[in-house]
Amino acid sequence: MPERKEKINTQQLRSAVVRFAGDSGDGMQLAGTQFTDTSAVVGNDVATLPDYPAEIRAPAGTVAGVSGFQINFAAADIHTPGDEVDALVAMNPAAFKAHIDDVRARGIVIVNEDEFTKVNLRKAGYSDGYTPLDDERYTQRYKITPVPMTRLNSEALADSGLGNKEIGRCRNMYALGLIYWLFDRPLETTIGYIQDYFGSRKKLPQVAEANIGALKAGYFFGETAELFPVRFHIDRAPVEPGRYRKLTGNEAIAMGAITAATLSGKRLVYCSYPITPASDILHYLAGLRHHGVRTFQAEDEIAAVCAAIGAAFAGQLGVTGTSGPGLALKSEAINLAVMTELPLVVVNVQRGGPSTGLPTKTEQSDLLQAMFGRNGDSPVVLLAPRSPGDCFDSMIEACRIAMQHMVPVVLLSDGYLANGAEPWRIPDAEAIEPIEVVHPSNGDRFLPYQRDENFVRPWAVPGTPGFEHRIGGIEKQHLTGNVSYDDDNHQRMTELRLKKVEKVADAIPDLEPVGAPSGELLVVGWGGTYGAILTAVERAHEAGKSVGFIHLRHLNPMPRNLNQILRRYRKVLVPELNTGQLRLLLRARFLIDARGLNKIQGKPFLVEELQQAIDLMLSGGWGDHEWLAPYHHQVAVPSESQKS
Amino acid sequence: MPAPQASRASKAPQSQKSPSSSSAAPAAPPTVKPTDFASDQDVRWCPGCGDYAILNQMRKVLAAMGARREKTVFVSGIGCSSRFPYYMNTYGFHSIHGRAPAVATGVKLANPELDVWIVTGDGDGLSIGGNHLLHFLRRNVGAKVLLFNNRIYGLTKGQYSPTSEEGKKTKSSPMGSLELPLTPLSFALSAEASFAARAVDVDRNLGDVLQQAAEHRGSAFVEIYQDCNVFNHKAFDYATDKNARLENVLYLEHGKPLIFGAESEKGIRLNGARKPEVVSLKDGYKEDDLLFHDQTDESLAFLLSRLSHEQGFPEPMGVFYRMADDCYEQLLEKEIEQAITTRGRGDLQSLFSEANTYEIR
Ligand code: SF4
Repeated sequence: MPERKEKINTQQLRSAVVRFAGDSGDGMQLAGTQFTDTSAVVGNDVATLPDYPAEIRAPAGTVAGVSGFQINFAAADIHTPGDEVDALVAMNPAAFKAHIDDVRARGIVIVNEDEFTKVNLRKAGYSDGYTPLDDERYTQRYKITPVPMTRLNSEALADSGLGNKEIGRCRNMYALGLIYWLFDRPLETTIGYIQDYFGSRKKLPQVAEANIGALKAGYFFGETAELFPVRFHIDRAPVEPGRYRKLTGNEAIAMGAITAATLSGKRLVYCSYPITPASDILHYLAGLRHHGVRTFQAEDEIAAVCAAIGAAFAGQLGVTGTSGPGLALKSEAINLAVMTELPLVVVNVQRGGPSTGLPTKTEQSDLLQAMFGRNGDSPVVLLAPRSPGDCFDSMIEACRIAMQHMVPVVLLSDGYLANGAEPWRIPDAEAIEPIEVVHPSNGDRFLPYQRDENFVRPWAVPGTPGFEHRIGGIEKQHLTGNVSYDDDNHQRMTELRLKKVEKVADAIPDLEPVGAPSGELLVVGWGGTYGAILTAVERAHEAGKSVGFIHLRHLNPMPRNLNQILRRYRKVLVPELNTGQLRLLLRARFLIDARGLNKIQGKPFLVEELQQAIDLMLSGGWGDHEWLAPYHHQVAVPSESQKS
Repeated sequence: MPAPQASRASKAPQSQKSPSSSSAAPAAPPTVKPTDFASDQDVRWCPGCGDYAILNQMRKVLAAMGARREKTVFVSGIGCSSRFPYYMNTYGFHSIHGRAPAVATGVKLANPELDVWIVTGDGDGLSIGGNHLLHFLRRNVGAKVLLFNNRIYGLTKGQYSPTSEEGKKTKSSPMGSLELPLTPLSFALSAEASFAARAVDVDRNLGDVLQQAAEHRGSAFVEIYQDCNVFNHKAFDYATDKNARLENVLYLEHGKPLIFGAESEKGIRLNGARKPEVVSLKDGYKEDDLLFHDQTDESLAFLLSRLSHEQGFPEPMGVFYRMADDCYEQLLEKEIEQAITTRGRGDLQSLFSEANTYEIR
């Protein structure tokens, strides 16, 4: 590390939000991931929000092709990637255009001025002769710092022996180095990564050298150029001691699946068809054959779920992963698992819908599909994780419920959780509770649909002599499991399937509200919005407002004390990234006048939006609207027709 | 291409791949009777349906092979044929329309030791489930597919199917079907099936074909001509009628010339334009002039699959093609063993730590 020039002051901050933005080929995701790793290693709490286009290489230089990565890192406990950006790195005019509005007033904006050429400005959609770098609207609002990164990077790597193109590819490391300097971060973690990735794995020592050179050049430039009068330092957060790693939601689900298989003594058979944003689960598991994982890339979504059901029938842990459109294709087969009462875990990483929708953006709009989107009365268990790390625990729970209750379980993750990362305290494997699974292997007369006290039928496994039996999608006769078209039997079996799912609630812990235990307003959330809602409610509560918060991990069945909690408050607000799916369920089920804050913009909630909604509910400013939505930092009425 | 004169010598039986060592060793003395494979369920197909004959043959073959009931799994889709598992006293899974190959794949991935049979039909396997069947065969999953081809939708009461002949009048095609039928064996061979065979429901050679399928190591595809005596009766009359049969079908034997006819007096050769033609041995042709069957020759198998009664050819029965190859699930098991050898058996604690970790004190 170079000697620090003492005349530059270092300012302590509690937290900061940095966003890297550039063309999708500019390596912004890597820069962001590295910044996250480094921040985690120095002991900050971190939360991330990657944002990338659906097209692999959208036209270079256009706004559509901009890829971004936002990191909130703090000396305190944080739950969201942050509302406003404190420092933006914009590698080209399109990135500037796409992200500038998210930067807070007086925020730092570092731009690669070499890329602000006529051609690039035009590609970004700016009119000829105009450059935002000279526009007072921007220069007065933000601290814009143009840096000739392309040129400085090339000069630094002039002796690297690489061609111009390869040198150009190191620009992201140059930018990262500069940001490392600005936020007083060490370079070791990234240098170690570069040496391992380019040096050891790709066997490209020259490329490794160049990337490290660019990283250091960016850092030294910050040190020597005196562009910034202060640099910033963010202390480590007071987190629980232990060994940590960074974890994304998709990684956590994959690890949770392996853990559940190991704890239950089962083989994990993970069957999936490539789909954004769930594919990483398949990729991750495919690389873990030494854990005995059987992955199967099926020919389509239907085959994937059917193979998982086949694996369950054969006595192993069958899991399928997908996203919204894929869940729609799996509906019929999920019902086969409902009817045959086999354990099946369906991971649905929700994305913007309907139809192909917004493949790379987050949304919570598959709740009702997962709940009801099948023919017949077809109850399944629904769980939703609340943070990337919680994906691990939720996945284990999903597998446990599926196997112990012989029922399909849908785990509703989302794009935000899937790709977002947070520090994760590595658990002690020995301390995780085993999953007890029983298969019948002796007894007199075997009845495939004879139920235990939880209404669960036995899981008899092919290969076991004396337990040969036939199951299928036609209604089953109570006890024998034979085909039955009997009217009373159908009523009875429908009720039994429902009761079996309701019985799962026995093991669901009671909800405990955060904030006010009773009073004026209860905020009810589910899934990936947890962090933002928690932050908003905590702030409101600290400000003396009468607000409580409960977050549902169990969406079907719901916790037993939910009804009672709902009645402890005068008003109920349900913020969701859809037009009100949980709200509909709560209204129907509990006959309460729940109101919604509903955002359908492919992005997570900002804390500020939730705070506004809470204040409107408390002040009476909400009026009689069933739901409101945040538009450009302002919660407002979606349309006049929404009045209830 | 098989050239009848040139390659005949090499077509001696020794070139035949011997049936792979199978879990059900045919040599083992049968420990079970066919009736042991009958479940307690009443069989509910229409009286006279060809499915009965197939069911009986299947039970016989399994008994003769000494198959273990607990290790045997029947998986089916939807349709008349797909009721099959209910009538077998083995493990059985009557799944959903068209998806049996996918369900069976999952069964094999979870437990490669099981002997898995898929029962499907022309609608189930080639219409709604065509995609699954295609990829199942391509992957060479070690399960056996029995496709009951009755050229009609039976369970839904008589609509034309993907194998119904062009112009066929049914409830859904009152003026005649506009669609060209699919030839199941051509489909299977194009889908890289490693075993492809055909038999007729009431024909005695069905048992032999089933046994050969059982003994094949990868996925086996067997088309069975099946009479739906309610909606498409006598569709295969030409292949079952006592008098006409021998003129209309040709029993394939590896290494033997393609001969048929009541007096074994006819054969098939490639003519000057390299097209198959029927010739009579009474007209001066000799056996050496004929095509010889070679179960290892894909091109020949495909050519045989194109021979149709409608175009004046006898339809071949028996094993068209056989290629011993590793099954998908075995390859996957090998990968796992290999990964364990090179990386060590994974344990949870190291899984959790397989990343950049850091200590917070
Ligand atoms: S409808 Fe046809 S195929 Fe179906 S059971 Fe009756 S005869 Fe057999």
